[in-house]
Amino acid sequence: MTRDIFASLGGIAFALLLAPFLRSIINRTKARISGRRGAPLLQPYFSLARLLRKGAVYSSTTTWIFRAGPVAGLVTVFGAICLLPFGGGPALFRFEGDFLLLTYLLAVGRFFTILAALDTGSSFEGMGANREAFFSALSEPTLLLGLAGLGAVTGSLSLTDIYGRIGASVFLEANMPALIFILAAFMIVFLSENARIPVDDPTTHLELTMIHEAMILDHCGIDLAFIEFAGALKLWTLGLLITGLIFPVRFGVFWLDSLVSLFSLATLAVCIGIVESSMARLKMGRVPQLLSIAFVMSTLWIMWVVK
Amino acid sequence: MTDHFFVALLLLVNLRLFASSRMGSLIRGAAAQSFLTVCLSALLRDGGITAESWIFLIVSGLVKCLVLPLLMFRALRTVGIRRDIEPFVGYRVSLFLGLGAAAFSFWGVVQLPLPGGGVNPTAIAAALLSMITGLFLIVARRKAISQAIGYLVMENGIFGLAPSLAVHSPLIVEAGVLLDVFVGVFVMSVIILHIRQEFKHIDIDRLSELKD
Repeated sequence: MTRDIFASLGGIAFALLLAPFLRSIINRTKARISGRRGAPLLQPYFSLARLLRKGAVYSSTTTWIFRAGPVAGLVTVFGAICLLPFGGGPALFRFEGDFLLLTYLLAVGRFFTILAALDTGSSFEGMGANREAFFSALSEPTLLLGLAGLGAVTGSLSLTDIYGRIGASVFLEANMPALIFILAAFMIVFLSENARIPVDDPTTHLELTMIHEAMILDHCGIDLAFIEFAGALKLWTLGLLITGLIFPVRFGVFWLDSLVSLFSLATLAVCIGIVESSMARLKMGRVPQLLSIAFVMSTLWIMWVVK
Repeated sequence: MTDHFFVALLLLVNLRLFASSRMGSLIRGAAAQSFLTVCLSALLRDGGITAESWIFLIVSGLVKCLVLPLLMFRALRTVGIRRDIEPFVGYRVSLFLGLGAAAFSFWGVVQLPLPGGGVNPTAIAAALLSMITGLFLIVARRKAISQAIGYLVMENGIFGLAPSLAVHSPLIVEAGVLLDVFVGVFVMSVIILHIRQEFKHIDIDRLSELKD
């Protein structure tokens, strides 16, 4: 029992320490592919440290909602991480149906980010909030249905059990197509929720084409640090949902399993880097089409599980 | 195990056919679907694959994956039309209609008492979905070429159903349908060329204006 708690606390500590590192892996991969040397691997940490030292400036039109946005964003993602199993161990909190809580914690964080963006009264931020609300309304049911599908395949309702029961053998059974469909849907949701390239360009400098970045234009200093860190944690959280399916290897030893999880997350980050260097972002009007494809993928498991 | 994998791919290709917006991707999708259907029916023919059914499978695979798509690409080139499909039903709506069709075909297979037993029910559902996809392409797309593709796709569905429904002589059914489709596509590509030469377009909804 104490060993379980130790393992889940270890998983959370890994998330808090290493989440920004995923971004630097992505950036380094992109830099290497385009022939640049790239920023130092610790650059996200330097940026966070600098932002934390800075004070924040608040517009006189904003209210407390604007200040609550980044905090709520960070807290909800942290709550989501507490629900996720890491490295074969159990999650810190686990109960039947906790995947619903995970999905809606992320939704609450997004809701507050959108409110904070609307609170500034800036037209750009309103535009960004509009897009974020639209695209996340399309990707949220996908995530939920996909998790429900995993629950149906493994016959359990809590994330710890779901990911604990997905072993290498699941891929050899008749349900394998269902898992692959869910995996594909999660991949698209992952890219869209984390504002990565086919949906949103994290490095864009043109407000008209931004989605996520447009919402946080008015945040600065410590608030921006919170938002950036929450973004890194979200990348980690949704990444774990995917790597738990791709690398379902368990040794039963905490350190070995953690190493497998960390390695698979790093591999995922490299894959994102490759995707981002090999394709351009979609036209804004095409994004709903991509997300509806993800939705269709996340429903197809029903045909294998329900006979 | 392998047949589940092929069924999953077939499902995806069908949805791709529902949602694709380019002529080229439609033809390639139909070719991929033909390939998957032939593979699937080779896998599902339990035990007794005789020499003649091997020959038939290979011949029909060649015709449906290579000859017919090449004919269609050639028709596309000679007609020189724009590459997009111009649907009557939008792509996103089509995709969700495709999902509905997939659900319907899986539900239908669960309801239907099937002869022949032993055949993977999801494979039959995928074949049924192929037929619905073909019908949809015929009804909901404007260009005459997409109708020819629709026939090919529907033929794939019949081809997939044959080993499970026509227990005794699936070969005759398949051969007959294959011949029909081959001739159909052949005639279609000639006719499309003539329509194009005469009227400078191949939109089927405008053909009704051609009364004397």
